[in-house]
Amino acid sequence: MDLFLQQIVSGFATGGIYACMALSVVMIYQAIHHLNFAQGEMATFSTFIAWQLLAWGLPYFAVIPLAIGLSFIGGFVVERVVFKPIENAPVLSHIVIFIALFAIFNSAMGFIWDFSIKPVPSAFGEGPLYEGSLLSKHQTGMIAVTMLVLVLLWAFFRFTRVGLAMRAAAANPQSARLVGIRVSFMTALGWGMASAIGAVAGILIAPVVFLEPNMMLSILLYGFAGAVLGGLTSPLGAVIGGFIVGIVENLAGTYIPVVGGELKLPIALFLIVVVLVVKPEGLLGRRVVQRV
Amino acid sequence: MSAILEVKGLEASYGQLQVLRGLDFEVAKGGVTALLGANGAGKTTTLRAICGMIRRKGEITFDGQRIERLGTEDVVRLGVAHIPEGRGTFGTLTTEENLHLGAMTRPNNSDIQADVERCYGFFPRLKERRNQQAGTLSGGEQQMLAIARALMLRPKLMLLDEPSFGLAPLIVRQIFDILADVKREAGVSMLIVEQNASLALELADHAYLIETGSIVISGEAKAIREDESVRASYLGY
Repeated sequence: MDLFLQQIVSGFATGGIYACMALSVVMIYQAIHHLNFAQGEMATFSTFIAWQLLAWGLPYFAVIPLAIGLSFIGGFVVERVVFKPIENAPVLSHIVIFIALFAIFNSAMGFIWDFSIKPVPSAFGEGPLYEGSLLSKHQTGMIAVTMLVLVLLWAFFRFTRVGLAMRAAAANPQSARLVGIRVSFMTALGWGMASAIGAVAGILIAPVVFLEPNMMLSILLYGFAGAVLGGLTSPLGAVIGGFIVGIVENLAGTYIPVVGGELKLPIALFLIVVVLVVKPEGLLGRRVVQRV
Repeated sequence: MSAILEVKGLEASYGQLQVLRGLDFEVAKGGVTALLGANGAGKTTTLRAICGMIRRKGEITFDGQRIERLGTEDVVRLGVAHIPEGRGTFGTLTTEENLHLGAMTRPNNSDIQADVERCYGFFPRLKERRNQQAGTLSGGEQQMLAIARALMLRPKLMLLDEPSFGLAPLIVRQIFDILADVKREAGVSMLIVEQNASLALELADHAYLIETGSIVISGEAKAIREDESVRASYLGY
């Protein structure tokens, strides 16, 4: 029983990582209705920027807003420069560019910071939360920040005019233009926000898994799985999905002998397939109701 | 009365196919102008061309300003509210959110909530459905929502594309009665495209008849309504 509890808690902690990345996935899906394969590499790039700033001696409280702000601008600029010119191109062109971005960011990181593993200190300090706690300070902080981002996102979409405009632009671009919304600007804003959230995810994850250019490779996949499981249209669903993926992964790794450490990743893919077959809109995603 | 919208030599094409062949017409300030014609005459295309949803050539002057080079968002920001065919409501958002979107280009202040209430005054049905997802409204309610959303812009000109489309005669009657109220109370100019010519001519002051992308008849709505030969050959009733 102790082992079971231990595994649930540790799965919950890992799930926090996936939940955070899943939020970033949902954000970009809201904006462009695609999954950006380069999302993970962009988040890693943001994390490298944060690491570099720390290495230059800046304190954590200055580094975090700076890294998030730079990532927001970076995401915004990527949309303006790369995707704006091809906004009417077929979806395959977009996918090719996602893959290209993936390769470009990955190689650029290797070129600038090389492929060696770098430890990143946690902003929340080391050690367990309290004597005998199953969660460490960092894990607790990570889960708290993920929840905070979730609440902020929800409030943004629910209560602000820009949030409403972004939802409208995503739901029906042509009608959005007819009420005067600058749709392509909203898309760029979505990219900026997704990459800012990615930066938060990266900075939270790096102390756990160590920083290197391929850090997000499998995490993004788990994040996708979490987002698909919870519903790509629902930030809350994505977070819950992320936690479930973390727990399932951990329990399967422990209790199903065949799975072990090596087969953990396919579990994420297996989850994606099961969800898409059984409940395509995800746990909390909205099925679009249309009366005809 | 001076014109709020003046169109000269308007041309538009879909690829190789030229749909509008040099249209000239105008909409009087505070007046309602109807564009009539058969399927495929170019009525919808004319509205789309005015608010920049397709490429167009010619001169379009709105409220003293040339707009033929502006994008859709910028035309809307000048005060042109287009209610497209198929209504263009945001189906996944609530009725009230749809209304707030109509006022998106206006500065954020308390007037907006007052205008929402004013729209509920015109369309009490929408008030009952304020928190309902717009996609689940009936066709008539969605049309009401589309008109209400357009009013939220406080437009100088409304472009209405087939407001009667796909609706039961009773609902159509209701909607045209409300449009008459809107014209009287809000003083909004309207350019209305309609297949139901008798209804449109009741509401309109002036009418144009389009045939394959050109205007063939122009005149007072009253005169056209009473002209037996026009009715028989073009309007079919």
